[in-house]
Amino acid sequence: MKTITFSQATLEAMQEEMARDERVFVMGEDIARQGGIFGQFKGLPAQFGTGRIMDTPISETAIVGACIGAALAGMRPVADMHFADFAGVCFDEIYNQMAKIYYMFGGQKPVSMVLRAPDGLVNQAAAQHSQSLEAFFCHIPGLKVVIPSNPADAKGLLKAAIRDDNPVIYFEHKALFSMKGEVPEEEYVTPIGKAKVVREGKDVTLVSYSMTMNLAVKAADMLEKEGISVELIDLRTISPIDKETILNSVAKTSRLAIAHEAVKQGGVGAEISAIVAEEAIDCLDAPIVRVGAPFTPVPFARPLEQAYRITPDKIAAAVRGMM
Amino acid sequence: MCAMPVRKEATLPLARYDKETLKFFYETMVKIRNFELTVEKFFFDGEIPGFVHLYIGEEATATGVMANLRKTDYIQSTHRGHGHTIAKGADLKHMMAELFGKSTGSCKGKGGSMHIADFSVGMLGANGIVGGGFTMATGAALAQKMQKTDGVAVAFFGDGASNRGTFHEAANMAAAWKLPVIFLCENNQWASTTPYRTTTSVDDIADRAQGYGMPGVIVDGNDVFAVYEAAKELIERARRGEGPAILECKTYRIKGHFVGDPEMYRTKEEVQKVLEETDPIPRFEAKVLKAKAMTKKELETIRTRVEKELAEALEFARTSPEPEVSALYEGLYV
Ligand SMILES: Cc1ncc(C[n+]2csc(CCOP(=O)(O)OP(=O)(O)O)c2C)c(N)n1
Ligand SMILES: [Mg+2]
Repeated sequence: MKTITFSQATLEAMQEEMARDERVFVMGEDIARQGGIFGQFKGLPAQFGTGRIMDTPISETAIVGACIGAALAGMRPVADMHFADFAGVCFDEIYNQMAKIYYMFGGQKPVSMVLRAPDGLVNQAAAQHSQSLEAFFCHIPGLKVVIPSNPADAKGLLKAAIRDDNPVIYFEHKALFSMKGEVPEEEYVTPIGKAKVVREGKDVTLVSYSMTMNLAVKAADMLEKEGISVELIDLRTISPIDKETILNSVAKTSRLAIAHEAVKQGGVGAEISAIVAEEAIDCLDAPIVRVGAPFTPVPFARPLEQAYRITPDKIAAAVRGMM
Repeated sequence: MCAMPVRKEATLPLARYDKETLKFFYETMVKIRNFELTVEKFFFDGEIPGFVHLYIGEEATATGVMANLRKTDYIQSTHRGHGHTIAKGADLKHMMAELFGKSTGSCKGKGGSMHIADFSVGMLGANGIVGGGFTMATGAALAQKMQKTDGVAVAFFGDGASNRGTFHEAANMAAAWKLPVIFLCENNQWASTTPYRTTTSVDDIADRAQGYGMPGVIVDGNDVFAVYEAAKELIERARRGEGPAILECKTYRIKGHFVGDPEMYRTKEEVQKVLEETDPIPRFEAKVLKAKAMTKKELETIRTRVEKELAEALEFARTSPEPEVSALYEGLYV
């Protein structure tokens, strides 16, 4: 094992996959000269040339559309969205083209591409640069959506996403880029569609992903001291969702809490709640609890952002209330 | 570089056209016309469901362009895509079956008229989203460039689609990167019920080319020779790595916007006049016969062949099975 940052982990994934397959290339705004806002593309142009690490015009629609077209013509593109918030600009390309081409054209050609989308709260960036929009994408058949919480999964999932023949949306939380963690020395990929039981427990299942997963770990530590044993599940992929891991855990603990940074209304937590309500309600000893952001845009001022933010305390309080 | 668009006419003497090209022109135009008339009939008979947009009257455009393309070149089509698909060389049987929603269709009955595609001939898809093709054609051209082929991609689009933002993003990107893509405008005067000039800032969409530093050319889109020659020049230029261009083909949508359109917004006389004066098929016939470049017999042989092929396609489509319901869940992911 070695200890590297989340940003370095994604960089290693890009390096390895670009070296492995010359059809892989990446385009986005300010990625070649600048190296990406989070340094996640640093050094790639020197290694692979600006023909494969391309600075684009500020044209998100053309970036995604061109990646789709290039994929159809035999390449394996990676599109960088700069900020996940900008995906609205090219939503048609994402849900009407990228997601549908394989099915709608009867399986003639898959759209083998990855859309990298840095999301989440960081540095009081406020309403248009802080969102967690992943639920939108989980509503679209044809897309896969992955969302790592740590450097090891960041690398393994990015490699898996690039190798996957289907279009994959890769959410990378902006506050995670500087996070350090252990990453295997040897080559590996993290399978898409498989959640991970991060910690076994017996009283309650706490499901989370992305940055919030790290807060859930802290909450579980606090609860542990109070004698509440928490089973922690890191979803890692949110579409297709790993029902089996969730249902197995709930069968064991009889309680379910879900925590995410995205607004609670219509979030991934709602889907998981519904799955468990439909398929395992008999197992439950308490109502399901969801911890998510309030139904407001992300505010700017510190106290407002602080109030908006999910914290370990909020997660712990919610779980405590279930016991 | 940023000159005003040029208007071009066919200048090549007919004697310079080889017989194969002339036959391709005629056969393709007749095939499209008859295919569309058949589709219209079976739509009204209730056998073809969904939204159907016919290409009647615009045959010379797809034909003249596609005569310059190879199987390995790519096209992005539109909601009015049957003509492009046929001209690119798609098999009529599977096309027709797709329109009938049959399991033997080119998209296994999952696309229909508005979402027809045939990747085996480089036809990367019709599109239910107006203006959806610009950026994807640009990407296909980027791939061609990265793969170091001299292939090109053609993005077909309507006068109405020219007002989508995707046009701007794709045109700029293609020009900035000198990509081998041709933006092929089919200005058929109408965007659904709206005469294009009431919602479009310029008379000629090719005017916009100068804003992107690319050539803009305007031709009579109902003259297959003019389309062919202009497209040839721009496509060869793109193959040489000299970048994208806009070719605007002035044509006219003879039928309603969709099959079943009550057409309250224009008179029958207007349509009839255009048809009489500019229908690309009689114009072609008159021209080649007058110049003795083809004989009546040759034309007739082609028509007979097309009739036969079409009858077979129709039979295939009508007798093919509908998809099994289990197919609903198949083919979402690889
Ligand atoms: C993004 C989008 N907006 C609107 C429509 C509805 N629509 C379908 S075709 C059409 C007119 C298109 O006109 P034009 O681009 O000139 O093509 P034409 O139909 O004349 O071939 C409209 C408005 C659509 N399908 N997609
Ligand atoms: Mg039009």
